[in-house]
Amino acid sequence: MSKFESTNGVSRRSALQISAAGGMMATGLGGVQWAMAQDKPKLGATWPEGSQGDTVYLGAAVPLTGTYAVQGADELKGMELAIEHINTNHELMKALAPKVNSGVNGKKVKLLSADSAAKPNQALQVSQTFIAQNKIIAMIGSTSSSVAVAMNKFAQREKVLYMAGISGSNDTTGKDCVRYGFRQGFYGEMAANAIGPILVKQFGKNRKAAFMTPDYTYGHTTTESVNNYLTKEGGWKMVTNQVSPLGTQDFSQYLTNIANSGAEFLINVNWGRDAVLSSQQAKQFGLIPKMTLVLPYQIPFIAKEAGVDITHGIYAATDFWWTLEDKYPLAKLFVESFHKKYGYRPEWGAENGYVSFAHWARMVTEAGSFYPPDVIKQWEKGETIPSLLGDVHYRPEDHQCVRPVIIVRGKEKKDMKNDEDFWEVIEMVDGAKVIQKPDAFGCKLGDYT
Amino acid sequence: MINTANFLSQLFNGLVLGALLALISSGLTIIYGTLGVLNLAHGALFMLGGYAGWLAFEYSHSFILAVAAGALFVMIVGVIMEQVIIKHFYARPDEDQLLVTFGLSIVFAELVRYFFGSLSKKVPPPEIFGGITNMGFMVYPTYRLALLGIIAVALLVLYWVLYRTRIGMIVRAGIEDSVAVDSLGINVYKVFTLVFGIGAMAAGFSGIVYSPVVAMSPDSGDSILVQTFVVVVIGGVGSFPGAILGGLIAGEIISLTSMVNPAYSMIMLFVAMTLVLVFRPRGLMGSIGRT
Repeated sequence: MSKFESTNGVSRRSALQISAAGGMMATGLGGVQWAMAQDKPKLGATWPEGSQGDTVYLGAAVPLTGTYAVQGADELKGMELAIEHINTNHELMKALAPKVNSGVNGKKVKLLSADSAAKPNQALQVSQTFIAQNKIIAMIGSTSSSVAVAMNKFAQREKVLYMAGISGSNDTTGKDCVRYGFRQGFYGEMAANAIGPILVKQFGKNRKAAFMTPDYTYGHTTTESVNNYLTKEGGWKMVTNQVSPLGTQDFSQYLTNIANSGAEFLINVNWGRDAVLSSQQAKQFGLIPKMTLVLPYQIPFIAKEAGVDITHGIYAATDFWWTLEDKYPLAKLFVESFHKKYGYRPEWGAENGYVSFAHWARMVTEAGSFYPPDVIKQWEKGETIPSLLGDVHYRPEDHQCVRPVIIVRGKEKKDMKNDEDFWEVIEMVDGAKVIQKPDAFGCKLGDYT
Repeated sequence: MINTANFLSQLFNGLVLGALLALISSGLTIIYGTLGVLNLAHGALFMLGGYAGWLAFEYSHSFILAVAAGALFVMIVGVIMEQVIIKHFYARPDEDQLLVTFGLSIVFAELVRYFFGSLSKKVPPPEIFGGITNMGFMVYPTYRLALLGIIAVALLVLYWVLYRTRIGMIVRAGIEDSVAVDSLGINVYKVFTLVFGIGAMAAGFSGIVYSPVVAMSPDSGDSILVQTFVVVVIGGVGSFPGAILGGLIAGEIISLTSMVNPAYSMIMLFVAMTLVLVFRPRGLMGSIGRT
């Protein structure tokens, strides 16, 4: 991008310093600007270059191919809508980030995006390119925790802010947390603590469950959290845990083991297309409805893709479901403007993308600065801020947003009010009640500079 | 979890899984054996078969028509592919063939994504094959049982074409010595086009008959391609019986390993391939001396 070439950058910086030096004699503001130049030397890969033009760039690496392609595309749409709303002062964005004013801190915001295929190395490569070519000042996106964990470390090294998209691993803001990383969404441990009591209450104690687990950090930590809860609080027993690689298509051998395990419940931790295919095949094998299907970490579009004959009656924990618009005016604004632009009602990925960006915009504008430590410290004030589902806050100790977990139950076809009315919200669980202590998963945030 | 019922169940499941791998691999191996082209678009052709069949089913609601449409469409795609692109690559180095077919697989996947999105599409099994069947030692999806029969018939037909017809004789002679066949006045290039079409059709047919089991998405060809190559390497590159044997072995390895630890089933498949490569580089039934 020509606007970031060094000649422009240098002249812009010189101009800033000259005006600051001149103004310092006359106004207090000038003094502040001068101090900024002094106190905030070059930091990491994109400060201050990334904040010097008329436009600031943000980079999104989301899966547009592979097992999580459908969810990634939804997430990206949420982000695109957020950027549009930031630049046009949409009333929803003004409610979430009041100081947004045709952009942030006097600059337009532009989103760059590329396919990560839910692979950590591809996500890093894409983000590295955005940093080198466009000097992006923040990164966003993941629908795989292995990507989120890798991006966390990359963000810390490059000193560029990173907001995880959908990332269900306990480790993302646990042992793999970083100073430069933030997570808006809920995760395995919260899901377990939210859906666990409902399962025990609904189905009683001492039941037998088969787990299906994708073989990476999200799968293992979520299975562990859910199993721990059900074992300790309900006396449930894990009779088998079928671990499959990401991108499995034929689950027959796993389902054959489950069929022979004596399980009463099929707790499917698989996600994206893996979850769709494994659930469809579980039905083909006659396991559903013989066993009760549970999705502790709900999968956007699974009802649309796998069909309500599979999802009806099942319990799932999620970040967002569009019918919450009846209760929350901001959710209604979001669902309406998303539906108008894209022709369908947003799923949880879109909500996550939108809110993550809105919270970033809020922090940057409240701090009045793009200097990463200033923005991080604004976030770490832990102030109560709005989301689409009421007030939330980020914990300074691990940068995890404390937000409600929504428990939904699949509707039957006859009860659907429209063709996207797949889930009934049966409970909104207070995030503070289901989140673990900040140090429970070993988070150590690291340095600001 | 190793008990008799589960062992028998997995043994049987491995057979069904293996039959499918055998069918897809047979197309790949025929094309390689005859034309010397390692077709990395084979997985994408499998996926195209699934989509063409799904589209036909959406309009006709007939499973038979869907299968016919899936197989024929991909055969036509194969013939066009061979005529427009592949034939210019016969004399080129192997890596050029790999790159161009890999490129085609991406093009096919992205075209499908452009037109139909990333949400997966499935064709329901025909009504008579719906539900589950109790086999005594296990209950099994009826369609998967039927699939075993469908694939067996398809493989027999393919065998009959290759080993009992004049076309098949020319194809097999072409595998051994295409120059000699050409000098006999047979237009070996027309045969090549036909072979490519038949190989592609095997992939397309597999895709549509598999789609009631595994809903198709634009990326469906990727993971099946890897397994298909493993099968071909185990069985012997270019060998039709090898593809069947390799498919069945691969299916059983995947299924039986999962009884002990499912996370290792793919790893064991690759271990088996490595062992074959070390001790019998031409594969279990590969012909000797092919260059």
